[in-house]
Amino acid sequence: MNVKVNINGVDRSADVEPRLLLTDFIRVTLGLTGTHMGCDTTSCGVCTVLLDGVPVKSCTVFAVQVDGRRLTTVEGLKQNGQLSPIQQAFHQEHGLQCGFCTPAMMLVGTALLEENPSPTEDEIRWAISGNLCRCTGYMNIVKSIQAAAAMKSEEVPA
Amino acid sequence: MYPSKFDYVAPTTLDEALEVLAEKGPEIKVLAGGQSLVPMMKLRFANPPALLDINRLPGLDGIDSSNGHLTLGALVRHNQVVKSDLVRESNHTVASAAPWVSDPIVRNLGTVCGSLAHHDPEGDWASVMLAVGADVVLKSTQGERVLPVTDFCVDMFQTLCRADELVTEVRVRKHSNRGGGNYQKLERKVGDYATVGVATSLELDEHGRIATAGIALTSVYAHNLKVTEAEILLKGKQPSAELFKEAAAIASAACDPASDNRGSAAYKRHIVGVFTERGLGRSLEIAQGGQS
Repeated sequence: MNVKVNINGVDRSADVEPRLLLTDFIRVTLGLTGTHMGCDTTSCGVCTVLLDGVPVKSCTVFAVQVDGRRLTTVEGLKQNGQLSPIQQAFHQEHGLQCGFCTPAMMLVGTALLEENPSPTEDEIRWAISGNLCRCTGYMNIVKSIQAAAAMKSEEVPA
Repeated sequence: MYPSKFDYVAPTTLDEALEVLAEKGPEIKVLAGGQSLVPMMKLRFANPPALLDINRLPGLDGIDSSNGHLTLGALVRHNQVVKSDLVRESNHTVASAAPWVSDPIVRNLGTVCGSLAHHDPEGDWASVMLAVGADVVLKSTQGERVLPVTDFCVDMFQTLCRADELVTEVRVRKHSNRGGGNYQKLERKVGDYATVGVATSLELDEHGRIATAGIALTSVYAHNLKVTEAEILLKGKQPSAELFKEAAAIASAACDPASDNRGSAAYKRHIVGVFTERGLGRSLEIAQGGQS
Protein backbone atom coordinates (compact mmCIF):
# COMPACT_ATOMS: atom_id res chain seq x y z
CA MET A 1 0.00 0.00 0.00
CA ASN A 2 1.16 3.51 -0.68
CA VAL A 3 1.64 5.74 2.34
CA LYS A 4 2.16 9.47 2.04
CA VAL A 5 3.19 11.52 5.03
CA ASN A 6 4.49 14.94 5.78
CA ILE A 7 7.41 14.32 8.09
CA ASN A 8 9.24 17.26 9.62
CA GLY A 9 7.77 19.47 6.91
CA VAL A 10 8.84 17.23 4.02
CA ASP A 11 6.41 15.16 1.93
CA ARG A 12 7.52 11.54 1.67
CA SER A 13 5.81 8.45 0.32
CA ALA A 14 6.57 4.75 0.05
CA ASP A 15 4.91 1.44 -0.75
CA VAL A 16 4.65 -0.65 2.39
CA GLU A 17 3.11 -3.83 3.73
CA PRO A 18 0.15 -3.15 6.06
CA ARG A 19 2.03 -4.75 8.93
CA LEU A 20 5.00 -2.39 8.75
CA LEU A 21 5.25 -0.59 12.09
CA LEU A 22 5.50 3.17 12.06
CA THR A 23 8.83 2.99 13.92
CA ASP A 24 10.37 0.95 11.11
CA PHE A 25 8.71 3.08 8.45
CA ILE A 26 10.45 6.11 9.95
CA ARG A 27 13.78 4.45 10.74
CA VAL A 28 14.24 2.02 7.86
CA THR A 29 12.01 3.18 5.01
CA LEU A 30 12.59 6.91 5.49
CA GLY A 31 16.06 6.61 7.06
CA LEU A 32 15.36 8.87 10.04
CA THR A 33 17.09 6.99 12.84
CA GLY A 34 16.58 9.59 15.58
CA THR A 35 13.40 7.74 16.55
CA HIS A 36 14.41 4.76 18.68
CA MET A 37 12.89 1.34 19.23
CA GLY A 38 12.99 0.29 22.86
CA CYS A 39 10.74 -2.28 24.49
CA ASP A 40 8.60 -2.91 21.39
CA THR A 41 5.65 -3.56 23.74
CA THR A 42 4.03 -0.12 24.23
CA SER A 43 5.65 0.34 27.63
CA CYS A 44 8.79 2.46 27.41
CA GLY A 45 7.74 5.33 25.14
CA VAL A 46 11.20 5.58 23.53
CA CYS A 47 9.62 5.32 20.05
CA THR A 48 7.34 8.32 20.63
CA VAL A 49 6.75 10.64 17.69
CA LEU A 50 4.25 13.46 17.21
CA LEU A 51 1.27 12.59 15.01
CA ASP A 52 -0.40 15.85 14.03
CA GLY A 53 1.34 17.31 17.09
CA VAL A 54 0.16 14.61 19.50
CA PRO A 55 2.62 12.11 21.07
CA VAL A 56 2.01 8.48 20.06
CA LYS A 57 4.08 5.34 20.49
CA SER A 58 5.19 4.53 16.96
CA CYS A 59 5.77 0.85 17.80
CA THR A 60 2.01 0.53 18.33
CA VAL A 61 0.84 2.17 15.12
CA PHE A 62 1.02 0.71 11.61
CA ALA A 63 2.51 2.96 8.94
CA VAL A 64 -0.66 2.60 6.82
CA GLN A 65 -2.65 4.26 9.60
CA VAL A 66 -0.80 7.56 9.22
CA ASP A 67 -1.36 8.00 5.48
CA GLY A 68 -1.97 11.69 4.80
CA ARG A 69 -0.95 12.76 8.31
CA ARG A 70 1.76 15.03 9.68
CA LEU A 71 4.63 13.54 11.68
CA THR A 72 7.32 15.20 13.75
CA THR A 73 10.40 13.33 14.90
CA VAL A 74 13.43 14.58 16.80
CA GLU A 75 15.02 15.53 13.46
CA GLY A 76 12.19 18.05 13.01
CA LEU A 77 12.64 19.91 16.28
CA LYS A 78 15.29 22.38 15.12
CA GLN A 79 13.96 25.74 14.04
CA ASN A 80 15.69 27.64 11.21
CA GLY A 81 18.79 25.54 11.68
CA GLN A 82 18.95 26.40 15.38
CA LEU A 83 18.25 24.13 18.33
CA SER A 84 14.69 24.58 19.59
CA PRO A 85 14.19 25.78 23.19
CA ILE A 86 13.62 22.21 24.38
CA GLN A 87 16.83 21.04 22.69
CA GLN A 88 18.81 23.96 24.11
CA ALA A 89 17.35 23.23 27.55
CA PHE A 90 18.27 19.54 27.44
CA HIS A 91 21.79 20.61 26.47
CA GLN A 92 22.05 23.28 29.14
CA GLU A 93 20.53 21.23 32.00
CA HIS A 94 22.21 18.00 30.93
CA GLY A 95 18.82 16.32 30.53
CA LEU A 96 20.31 13.08 29.31
CA GLN A 97 22.74 10.41 30.31
CA CYS A 98 22.90 7.66 27.69
CA GLY A 99 20.59 9.62 25.39
CA PHE A 100 18.40 6.74 24.30
CA CYS A 101 15.13 8.11 25.69
CA THR A 102 16.04 11.72 24.84
CA PRO A 103 14.34 12.13 21.44
CA ALA A 104 11.04 10.94 22.92
CA MET A 105 11.44 13.04 26.06
CA MET A 106 12.07 16.16 23.97
CA LEU A 107 9.05 15.45 21.76
CA VAL A 108 6.78 14.88 24.75
CA GLY A 109 8.19 18.05 26.35
CA THR A 110 7.53 19.98 23.14
CA ALA A 111 3.92 18.77 22.96
CA LEU A 112 3.39 19.56 26.65
CA LEU A 113 4.67 23.14 26.30
CA GLU A 114 2.48 23.70 23.24
CA GLU A 115 -0.55 22.86 25.33
CA ASN A 116 0.59 24.16 28.68
CA PRO A 117 3.35 26.80 28.36
CA SER A 118 4.06 26.97 32.11
CA PRO A 119 3.56 23.51 33.59
CA THR A 120 4.17 22.75 37.26
CA GLU A 121 6.74 20.12 38.18
CA ASP A 122 3.88 17.69 38.86
CA GLU A 123 2.39 18.35 35.44
CA ILE A 124 5.76 17.71 33.80
CA ARG A 125 6.23 14.46 35.71
CA TRP A 126 2.69 13.43 34.78
CA ALA A 127 3.31 14.24 31.10
CA ILE A 128 6.49 12.14 30.91
CA SER A 129 5.06 9.27 32.95
CA GLY A 130 4.62 7.20 29.78
CA ASN A 131 8.36 7.47 29.01
CA LEU A 132 11.04 5.46 30.73
CA CYS A 133 14.59 6.65 31.29
CA ARG A 134 16.66 3.57 32.10
CA CYS A 135 19.44 5.76 33.45
CA THR A 136 16.71 7.09 35.81
CA GLY A 137 17.87 10.61 35.10
CA TYR A 138 14.43 12.09 35.60
CA MET A 139 15.57 15.02 37.75
CA ASN A 140 17.46 16.67 34.93
CA ILE A 141 14.79 15.81 32.36
CA VAL A 142 12.22 17.63 34.49
CA LYS A 143 14.63 20.55 34.98
CA SER A 144 15.22 20.68 31.22
CA ILE A 145 11.52 20.96 30.45
CA GLN A 146 11.18 23.64 33.12
CA ALA A 147 14.12 25.52 31.58
CA ALA A 148 12.57 25.23 28.11
CA ALA A 149 9.31 26.64 29.45
CA ALA A 150 11.24 29.60 30.91
CA MET A 151 13.12 30.14 27.60
CA LYS A 152 9.91 30.04 25.60
CA SER A 153 8.17 32.52 27.90
CA GLU A 154 11.07 34.96 27.42
CA GLU A 155 10.81 34.55 23.65
CA VAL A 156 7.19 35.63 23.54
CA PRO A 157 6.84 39.42 23.39
CA ALA A 158 4.74 40.78 26.27
CA MET B 1 8.14 -8.08 16.78
CA TYR B 2 5.86 -8.39 13.82
CA PRO B 3 2.28 -9.57 13.44
CA SER B 4 1.26 -12.12 10.82
CA LYS B 5 0.39 -10.66 7.44
CA PHE B 6 -3.02 -9.09 7.20
CA ASP B 7 -5.16 -7.14 4.75
CA TYR B 8 -6.01 -3.58 5.65
CA VAL B 9 -9.04 -1.50 4.80
CA ALA B 10 -9.78 2.03 5.98
CA PRO B 11 -13.21 3.04 4.72
CA THR B 12 -14.40 6.62 4.97
CA THR B 13 -18.11 6.04 5.54
CA LEU B 14 -19.93 4.05 8.21
CA ASP B 15 -22.07 2.25 5.61
CA GLU B 16 -18.96 1.07 3.82
CA ALA B 17 -17.45 -0.14 7.11
CA LEU B 18 -20.61 -2.06 8.03
CA GLU B 19 -20.65 -3.67 4.57
CA VAL B 20 -17.09 -4.87 5.12
CA LEU B 21 -18.03 -6.29 8.52
CA ALA B 22 -21.12 -8.00 7.07
CA GLU B 23 -19.02 -9.58 4.37
CA LYS B 24 -15.91 -10.56 6.35
CA GLY B 25 -17.37 -11.04 9.84
CA PRO B 26 -15.03 -13.13 11.98
CA GLU B 27 -12.20 -12.78 9.42
CA ILE B 28 -11.72 -9.11 10.25
CA LYS B 29 -10.89 -7.20 13.40
CA VAL B 30 -11.83 -3.57 14.07
CA LEU B 31 -8.87 -1.26 14.66
CA ALA B 32 -9.73 1.86 16.68
CA GLY B 33 -6.93 3.12 18.95
CA GLY B 34 -5.07 -0.16 18.57
CA GLN B 35 -3.36 0.17 21.94
CA SER B 36 -4.40 -3.34 22.97
CA LEU B 37 -4.95 -4.93 19.56
CA VAL B 38 -1.60 -3.99 18.00
CA PRO B 39 0.48 -5.32 20.94
CA MET B 40 -1.60 -8.53 20.90
CA MET B 41 -0.97 -8.90 17.16
CA LYS B 42 2.74 -8.29 17.62
CA LEU B 43 2.86 -10.99 20.29
CA ARG B 44 0.71 -13.12 17.94
CA PHE B 45 -1.94 -13.65 20.57
CA ALA B 46 -4.24 -12.25 17.88
CA ASN B 47 -3.78 -13.09 14.20
CA PRO B 48 -6.65 -11.46 12.35
CA PRO B 49 -6.49 -12.04 8.58
CA ALA B 50 -7.68 -8.46 8.06
CA LEU B 51 -8.04 -5.15 9.87
CA LEU B 52 -10.86 -2.66 9.48
CA ASP B 53 -9.42 0.71 10.46
CA ILE B 54 -12.33 2.89 11.62
CA ASN B 55 -10.19 5.97 12.27
CA ARG B 56 -11.25 7.60 9.02
CA LEU B 57 -14.98 7.30 9.73
CA PRO B 58 -16.56 10.70 10.35
CA GLY B 59 -18.69 11.60 13.35
CA LEU B 60 -17.46 8.98 15.81
CA ASP B 61 -15.10 11.17 17.84
CA GLY B 62 -17.66 13.25 19.69
CA ILE B 63 -18.52 13.64 23.36
CA ASP B 64 -22.11 14.75 23.76
CA SER B 65 -24.63 15.10 26.55
CA SER B 66 -27.59 16.57 24.73
CA ASN B 67 -29.80 13.47 24.66
CA GLY B 68 -29.92 12.91 28.40
CA HIS B 69 -26.87 10.66 28.43
CA LEU B 70 -23.15 11.26 28.32
CA THR B 71 -22.42 9.83 24.89
CA LEU B 72 -18.89 8.81 23.94
CA GLY B 73 -18.37 7.94 20.26
CA ALA B 74 -16.29 4.98 19.11
CA LEU B 75 -13.25 7.18 18.39
CA VAL B 76 -13.24 9.16 21.62
CA ARG B 77 -9.72 8.79 23.02
CA HIS B 78 -9.05 8.43 26.74
CA ASN B 79 -7.29 11.80 26.76
CA GLN B 80 -10.34 13.51 25.26
CA VAL B 81 -12.27 12.22 28.27
CA VAL B 82 -9.54 13.45 30.64
CA LYS B 83 -9.79 16.97 29.22
CA SER B 84 -13.56 17.19 28.74
CA ASP B 85 -15.54 19.69 30.84
CA LEU B 86 -18.70 17.97 29.64
CA VAL B 87 -17.50 14.69 31.18
CA ARG B 88 -16.65 16.43 34.47
CA GLU B 89 -20.15 17.95 34.59
CA SER B 90 -21.90 14.74 33.59
CA ASN B 91 -20.37 11.77 35.35
CA HIS B 92 -17.98 11.83 38.28
CA THR B 93 -16.91 8.19 38.01
CA VAL B 94 -15.96 8.53 34.34
CA ALA B 95 -14.10 11.78 35.03
CA SER B 96 -12.23 10.25 37.94
CA ALA B 97 -11.21 7.08 36.06
CA ALA B 98 -9.96 8.64 32.82
CA PRO B 99 -6.58 9.95 34.07
CA TRP B 100 -5.81 6.47 35.46
CA VAL B 101 -6.17 4.61 32.18
CA SER B 102 -2.75 3.42 30.99
CA ASP B 103 -0.19 6.21 30.41
CA PRO B 104 -0.49 9.69 28.86
CA ILE B 105 0.82 8.63 25.42
CA VAL B 106 -1.36 5.53 25.14
CA ARG B 107 -4.31 7.71 26.21
CA ASN B 108 -3.77 9.83 23.09
CA LEU B 109 -4.78 6.90 20.86
CA GLY B 110 -6.68 4.35 22.96
CA THR B 111 -10.47 4.63 22.94
CA VAL B 112 -13.15 4.07 25.57
CA CYS B 113 -15.38 2.04 23.24
CA GLY B 114 -12.41 0.00 22.02
CA SER B 115 -11.56 -0.87 25.60
CA LEU B 116 -15.16 -1.96 26.23
CA ALA B 117 -15.27 -4.04 23.04
CA HIS B 118 -11.90 -5.63 23.80
CA HIS B 119 -13.13 -6.36 27.34
CA ASP B 120 -9.86 -7.23 28.98
CA PRO B 121 -10.80 -8.30 32.52
CA GLU B 122 -8.18 -5.85 33.77
CA GLY B 123 -9.54 -2.91 31.78
CA ASP B 124 -10.80 0.05 33.80
CA TRP B 125 -13.71 1.23 31.66
CA ALA B 126 -15.96 -1.82 31.98
CA SER B 127 -15.93 -1.44 35.78
CA VAL B 128 -16.79 2.24 35.44
CA MET B 129 -19.70 1.49 33.11
CA LEU B 130 -20.96 -1.41 35.23
CA ALA B 131 -20.98 0.85 38.30
CA VAL B 132 -22.66 3.91 36.76
CA GLY B 133 -24.92 2.20 34.21
CA ALA B 134 -24.45 2.56 30.46
CA ASP B 135 -25.79 1.31 27.16
CA VAL B 136 -23.60 0.16 24.29
CA VAL B 137 -24.78 1.00 20.77
CA LEU B 138 -23.98 -1.60 18.11
CA LYS B 139 -24.51 -1.08 14.40
CA SER B 140 -24.55 -3.49 11.49
CA THR B 141 -26.14 -3.70 8.07
CA GLN B 142 -29.05 -5.38 9.93
CA GLY B 143 -29.68 -2.23 11.96
CA GLU B 144 -28.94 -0.99 15.45
CA ARG B 145 -28.96 -2.69 18.83
CA VAL B 146 -28.71 -0.90 22.16
CA LEU B 147 -27.55 -3.21 24.94
CA PRO B 148 -27.16 -2.48 28.64
CA VAL B 149 -23.51 -2.83 29.54
CA THR B 150 -24.51 -5.49 32.10
CA ASP B 151 -25.63 -7.67 29.17
CA PHE B 152 -22.90 -6.53 26.76
CA CYS B 153 -20.06 -7.62 29.06
CA VAL B 154 -20.27 -11.42 29.07
CA ASP B 155 -16.93 -12.71 30.31
CA MET B 156 -13.22 -12.02 29.87
CA PHE B 157 -12.60 -10.90 26.27
CA GLN B 158 -16.22 -11.79 25.50
CA THR B 159 -19.03 -9.39 24.72
CA LEU B 160 -22.36 -9.62 22.92
CA CYS B 161 -20.91 -7.69 19.96
CA ARG B 162 -21.43 -9.90 16.90
CA ALA B 163 -18.71 -10.26 14.28
CA ASP B 164 -20.76 -8.15 11.83
CA GLU B 165 -21.34 -5.37 14.36
CA LEU B 166 -19.45 -2.21 15.23
CA VAL B 167 -19.64 -0.52 18.63
CA THR B 168 -20.45 3.04 17.56
CA GLU B 169 -20.95 4.68 20.95
CA VAL B 170 -21.52 4.17 24.64
CA ARG B 171 -24.30 6.09 26.39
CA VAL B 172 -23.41 6.64 30.02
CA ARG B 173 -25.94 7.54 32.71
CA LYS B 174 -25.34 11.06 33.97
CA HIS B 175 -25.01 11.96 37.61
CA SER B 176 -27.64 14.41 38.87
CA ASN B 177 -26.68 17.21 41.26
CA ARG B 178 -27.40 14.69 44.03
CA GLY B 179 -25.06 12.15 42.46
CA GLY B 180 -21.41 11.35 42.96
CA GLY B 181 -18.87 8.82 41.83
CA ASN B 182 -15.26 7.84 41.99
CA TYR B 183 -12.62 5.44 40.68
CA GLN B 184 -9.91 4.19 42.99
CA LYS B 185 -6.97 2.45 41.38
CA LEU B 186 -3.80 0.93 42.74
CA GLU B 187 -1.11 0.36 40.14
CA ARG B 188 2.54 -0.60 40.52
CA LYS B 189 3.58 2.03 38.02
CA VAL B 190 2.04 4.27 35.40
CA GLY B 191 0.70 2.26 32.48
CA ASP B 192 0.46 -1.01 34.36
CA TYR B 193 -2.79 -2.88 34.76
CA ALA B 194 -4.64 -2.21 38.00
CA THR B 195 -3.51 -4.25 40.97
CA VAL B 196 -6.99 -3.38 42.24
CA GLY B 197 -9.54 -0.96 40.80
CA VAL B 198 -12.88 -0.01 42.34
CA ALA B 199 -15.55 2.09 40.62
CA THR B 200 -18.31 3.56 42.76
CA SER B 201 -21.39 5.65 42.05
CA LEU B 202 -24.19 7.00 44.25
CA GLU B 203 -27.43 8.87 43.60
CA LEU B 204 -29.25 10.32 46.59
CA ASP B 205 -33.00 11.01 46.80
CA GLU B 206 -34.51 14.27 48.08
CA HIS B 207 -34.25 12.99 51.68
CA GLY B 208 -30.55 12.23 51.36
CA ARG B 209 -31.10 8.47 51.22
CA ILE B 210 -29.33 6.34 48.63
CA ALA B 211 -31.57 6.04 45.57
CA THR B 212 -29.15 3.94 43.55
CA ALA B 213 -25.64 2.67 44.17
CA GLY B 214 -23.08 1.16 41.82
CA ILE B 215 -19.92 -0.75 42.69
CA ALA B 216 -17.69 -2.65 40.26
CA LEU B 217 -14.20 -4.11 40.62
CA THR B 218 -11.22 -4.37 38.27
CA SER B 219 -8.43 -7.00 38.20
CA VAL B 220 -9.72 -9.05 41.12
CA TYR B 221 -11.96 -11.56 39.33
CA ALA B 222 -12.03 -13.40 36.01
CA HIS B 223 -13.90 -10.39 34.60
CA ASN B 224 -14.91 -6.91 35.74
CA LEU B 225 -17.21 -7.66 38.65
CA LYS B 226 -20.37 -5.75 39.48
CA VAL B 227 -21.07 -6.21 43.19
CA THR B 228 -24.86 -6.39 42.99
CA GLU B 229 -25.32 -7.62 46.55
CA ALA B 230 -23.61 -4.54 47.96
CA GLU B 231 -25.58 -2.27 45.62
CA ILE B 232 -28.84 -3.79 46.90
CA LEU B 233 -27.71 -3.37 50.50
CA LEU B 234 -27.10 0.36 49.96
CA LYS B 235 -30.30 1.12 48.07
CA GLY B 236 -32.91 3.03 50.07
CA LYS B 237 -30.66 3.44 53.13
CA GLN B 238 -29.42 6.53 54.88
CA PRO B 239 -25.69 6.68 54.06
CA SER B 240 -23.34 6.13 56.98
CA ALA B 241 -19.79 5.03 57.66
CA GLU B 242 -21.08 1.73 59.10
CA LEU B 243 -23.19 1.06 56.03
CA PHE B 244 -20.22 1.70 53.72
CA LYS B 245 -18.09 -0.66 55.82
CA GLU B 246 -20.73 -3.33 55.39
CA ALA B 247 -20.83 -2.79 51.61
CA ALA B 248 -17.03 -2.90 51.54
CA ALA B 249 -17.04 -6.24 53.36
CA ILE B 250 -19.44 -7.64 50.75
CA ALA B 251 -17.21 -6.43 47.89
CA SER B 252 -14.17 -7.87 49.60
CA ALA B 253 -15.89 -11.24 49.96
CA ALA B 254 -17.25 -11.20 46.39
CA CYS B 255 -13.91 -10.79 44.64
CA ASP B 256 -11.60 -13.67 43.85
CA PRO B 257 -8.14 -12.21 43.17
CA ALA B 258 -5.10 -14.20 42.14
CA SER B 259 -1.78 -13.99 43.96
CA ASP B 260 0.85 -12.67 41.55
CA ASN B 261 3.77 -10.27 41.42
CA ARG B 262 1.34 -7.37 41.97
CA GLY B 263 0.36 -8.73 45.39
CA SER B 264 -1.09 -11.65 47.28
CA ALA B 265 -4.76 -12.54 47.04
CA ALA B 266 -5.25 -11.58 50.69
CA TYR B 267 -3.65 -8.17 50.11
CA LYS B 268 -5.78 -7.45 47.05
CA ARG B 269 -8.93 -8.55 48.86
CA HIS B 270 -8.06 -6.18 51.68
CA ILE B 271 -7.52 -3.30 49.23
CA VAL B 272 -10.90 -4.00 47.61
CA GLY B 273 -12.49 -3.37 51.01
CA VAL B 274 -10.45 -0.22 51.65
CA PHE B 275 -11.14 1.20 48.18
CA THR B 276 -14.86 0.39 48.26
CA GLU B 277 -15.28 2.17 51.57
CA ARG B 278 -13.13 5.10 50.47
CA GLY B 279 -14.80 5.33 47.06
CA LEU B 280 -18.29 5.34 48.54
CA GLY B 281 -17.21 8.01 51.03
CA ARG B 282 -15.84 10.19 48.24
CA SER B 283 -18.93 9.58 46.10
CA LEU B 284 -21.12 10.68 49.01
CA GLU B 285 -19.10 13.86 49.56
CA ILE B 286 -19.61 14.76 45.92
CA ALA B 287 -23.31 13.85 45.99
CA GLN B 288 -23.89 15.97 49.11
CA GLY B 289 -21.66 18.86 48.15
CA GLY B 290 -22.12 18.94 44.40
CA GLN B 291 -18.33 19.01 44.10
CA SER B 292 -16.20 16.81 41.89
